[in-house]
Amino acid sequence: MIQPAATDLITVNIDGKEIAVPKGTNVIEAARRVDVDVPFYCYHPKLAIVGNCRMCLVEMGMPAVDPATKAPVMDPATGRQRINWSPRPTIACATNVSPGLHIRTTTPMVKECREGVMEFLLINHPLDCPICDQAGECKLQEQSTGYGRGYSRFIEQKNVKPKRTLLGPRVMLDDERCILCSRCVRFSKDIAKDDVLGFTDRGSYTTLTCYPGRRLENNYSLNTVDICPVGALTSTDFRFKMRVWFLKQTNSIDTESSAGANTVVWSREGAIYRITPRQHDGVNDTWMADSGRVLYKQVRDPGRLVSVRVAGAESAVEFALRAASELFAKGGVAVVGSGRSSVEEQFLTRRLADAAKAGTWLVSRVGMGDGLLISADRNPNVRGALVTGLIAALPSPTLDSLGAEIDSGAVRTVVSVGEDLEAAGLTAAQLARVAVIYLGTHADATSAAARIVIPTLTVFEKHGTLVNQQFRIQRFFKAVPGIVGATDDLTVLAGLVAAAGGRSMGTDVGTLWPAIAAGVPALATMDFGNIPDSGLLIDGAPWAGLPFAEGPALHFKPTAQQEAARG
Amino acid sequence: MPAPEQHRLIFKHIGADGYTNDLACYQRNGGYEVLKKAVLRKPEDLMDEVKKSGLRGRGGAGFSCGVKWSLVDRKSGKPIYLVVNADESEPGTFKDRYIIYQDPHQLIEGIMISCFANRVERAFIYIRGEFPDGARILERAIAEARAAGFAGPNVLGTGYGCEVYVHRGAGAYICGEETGLIESLEGKRPYPRIKPPYFPAVLGLYMCPTIVNNVETLCHVKHIADMGGEAYSRIGTPGNTGTRILCVSGHVRRPGYYEFEVGRVTLGQLLNEVCGGPLPGRTFKAVIPGGSSAKVLRFGERYKGKRKVGAEMVEYDWGVEDIPMDFDSLAMIGSMGGSGGVIVMDDSVSMVEALGNINAFYSHESCGQCTPCREGSLWMKKITARMVRGEARPEDGALLKSVADQIAGRTICAFGEACAWPTQSFIAKFGEEFKGYAQARRTPRPDGVPELV
Repeated sequence: MIQPAATDLITVNIDGKEIAVPKGTNVIEAARRVDVDVPFYCYHPKLAIVGNCRMCLVEMGMPAVDPATKAPVMDPATGRQRINWSPRPTIACATNVSPGLHIRTTTPMVKECREGVMEFLLINHPLDCPICDQAGECKLQEQSTGYGRGYSRFIEQKNVKPKRTLLGPRVMLDDERCILCSRCVRFSKDIAKDDVLGFTDRGSYTTLTCYPGRRLENNYSLNTVDICPVGALTSTDFRFKMRVWFLKQTNSIDTESSAGANTVVWSREGAIYRITPRQHDGVNDTWMADSGRVLYKQVRDPGRLVSVRVAGAESAVEFALRAASELFAKGGVAVVGSGRSSVEEQFLTRRLADAAKAGTWLVSRVGMGDGLLISADRNPNVRGALVTGLIAALPSPTLDSLGAEIDSGAVRTVVSVGEDLEAAGLTAAQLARVAVIYLGTHADATSAAARIVIPTLTVFEKHGTLVNQQFRIQRFFKAVPGIVGATDDLTVLAGLVAAAGGRSMGTDVGTLWPAIAAGVPALATMDFGNIPDSGLLIDGAPWAGLPFAEGPALHFKPTAQQEAARG
Repeated sequence: MPAPEQHRLIFKHIGADGYTNDLACYQRNGGYEVLKKAVLRKPEDLMDEVKKSGLRGRGGAGFSCGVKWSLVDRKSGKPIYLVVNADESEPGTFKDRYIIYQDPHQLIEGIMISCFANRVERAFIYIRGEFPDGARILERAIAEARAAGFAGPNVLGTGYGCEVYVHRGAGAYICGEETGLIESLEGKRPYPRIKPPYFPAVLGLYMCPTIVNNVETLCHVKHIADMGGEAYSRIGTPGNTGTRILCVSGHVRRPGYYEFEVGRVTLGQLLNEVCGGPLPGRTFKAVIPGGSSAKVLRFGERYKGKRKVGAEMVEYDWGVEDIPMDFDSLAMIGSMGGSGGVIVMDDSVSMVEALGNINAFYSHESCGQCTPCREGSLWMKKITARMVRGEARPEDGALLKSVADQIAGRTICAFGEACAWPTQSFIAKFGEEFKGYAQARRTPRPDGVPELV
């Protein structure tokens, strides 16, 4: 007999295995915990439950009690309480655990239910897996292998539906492949708050479409492609580009804002093909913005900086560092760090500023937050700059104070870590008055004006950590090798620290982290290797009074103090 | 045994010469007198009367009306809605239509009594889109009743107010399913809701407790309030009280609607005596007793078992003709009383073609929300259509049954059963005809036998 569980845990029995799960857990999730697979299509842990695919049908039973006395009815054969099994199968997704609930997923009835649903889903499905982008990550493929009959009894004509409907700029729909699970409809309505998708016609002729005059073009539209269990919704960017089983998956972080959505970068032979969200229930659930998915295009952008230049001539890193050392020796150095740099880079930038006795600046990028996963602060790592001590106060959008110091002649050398100084408000005349040492990935006005240019790597070509709006430090990993001609940021920064007369520092995350842990109190217990995939929360109390730009969003709520400071 | 006389309670005036559907005529015939008395009683008393009456829903499932009312969540603080299911769409059923077209005030009186009993202040009549005249008639009748103080803000000067609205469907069978109806009433696609958690009694219209009753059921409430639950319960048979309207269509001499005390008339009496028997020169072959989704009965088959009569179990051995037309008897022999639509087929009918017709209907009406019904109903239709087209295979009957077996009991709403039961029962009872259909198609029909499909 099931023992009563303490607190709000509820003990259930799934295929003979007992497990205590929190109240409100549904049977699919409870079964997952005891390694029992309950197949499903329409269910999604982050969406409303509709129970329409019927794939998760299971047998349900409750312990028998005498109707009159409420006393348990025992089964003399087993000595346990008898279970009254429901004669009809029940959907696991909409069945929440209740005390004593028994579930069977291996009975002939359940097997037959799954075979039936699989057969029904496939009779009008085009079965065009060889040319379908979903192949390899298709629930219909996986579950027909796992739970289907393996042959067809259907000899009629399949339904004909639209094959190529462009729902929006990034999403293509093949209605014949659609199994009408309504995940995309629910996502658009409930998560993206852009109610554009719906069904027309009825029965087996039901067709997914946009409302008349509307398009699926919100910045979260590609999540519908992610959650589509079949190949009905495909990304116009990824469509027909690569078979998913060839792709290597690398965990990364979306760098377009301080929300810090967890992502997976899919690459093959040094080329990135797509970026998809990675589930993090405390950050981005299972979502990410469309805008973050195209960031990989910067890797092979024609504007990439690929050669070290000193005073306009092609050079090498060691000569560039020597030239920098000469500039540092003259004094009057300013360091413009970046809220886009990793924690490690910001730590070294701080060391560089200390060694060169330079003041530090940061450029803020504040826009409108979307309340979901694009926060108002478009720098992914301003909090990292605070934590590492690179800056003490929030940055401003322009470098006016630096401009004044240039005008006064106090600053004669400016190190810019990836920031376009002209875009940040310095004039061409001001840039002409100083020697600029520019570390960056792409050509811009500053790289053109700089005395020394050292190409560095994009976020996809290196390891590192970022601190998001929740003060959660999260790791990103190198997905593809760095482009030829560029040098890892840490190597360059460590070289500059040495060039400015500072202590020799590690040039990769592994060797650098002991120094970071020793030098940054908030990170004292951490090491790159021991930060889990879900990140670690840093105590943000020392910075709680700062007027951060971020407003309320998914899994983020500014403190009252911050709300007040933002006005 | 001769057939009993009809007991016309609901249809007392319907079809009578000179009876019109306006308020004056209704009042001349005693209309709204029951409401006048009812509003002076305590709502709980009226609910008690309905409970005592044993009234069972006339929409199809035959669920106890008193129990349905007692399940309503009255503690939530939310308003309670009454929704009148006038989406009469089951093929073979045409009783609510007559009430609405010919005696709308009877329905409105029943609605007002039910609303008063349940403290409902908003009632919605959801009428199927194919009844535009019915909607107009109801709207006029509501306006009349409102002007006369029988509905509206201050019913008969009691201070109790209740508004009744008419909402037209857009033509979908599934809108007769109560949660689909509620979704449609909310302005959405009528996708039936999953139960649990969305039981209308707790989370119905606009997530408020909601009572959904059939048109005929609510008319019965008027008569229960009039004669009292005890007296009503003595009409009909125990457990199957009151009267019920049987709509007979198909191959009988006098098809039409007939109101009998529930269980007092047998199928044989109904078809042979009341409806005049089969057409000249024909014999009955099959009958669907409760709307097209009910399981078909084959003339000549026997139903044996034990049933409860009073306190004891009595053996029965019935032919189709012997079955009493009540909910329990029809359920006992494996079909259902359903919506009261009796569809009769004689020996000229090809069961394959008849099933093809039924399958075409259900595949057209499946809402498409859940997989088994959506795909299964169309698959069955495609099979039967192919058979009728002349490409039948001997194994098609078994395939049809297997497909139907994969639908029933696995869907969100009862449509799964509604579309699977005809196929299951047709194959079970006329399996040979399906097996031999490929051959039979090549045999010319006898002279004068009309094509059905």
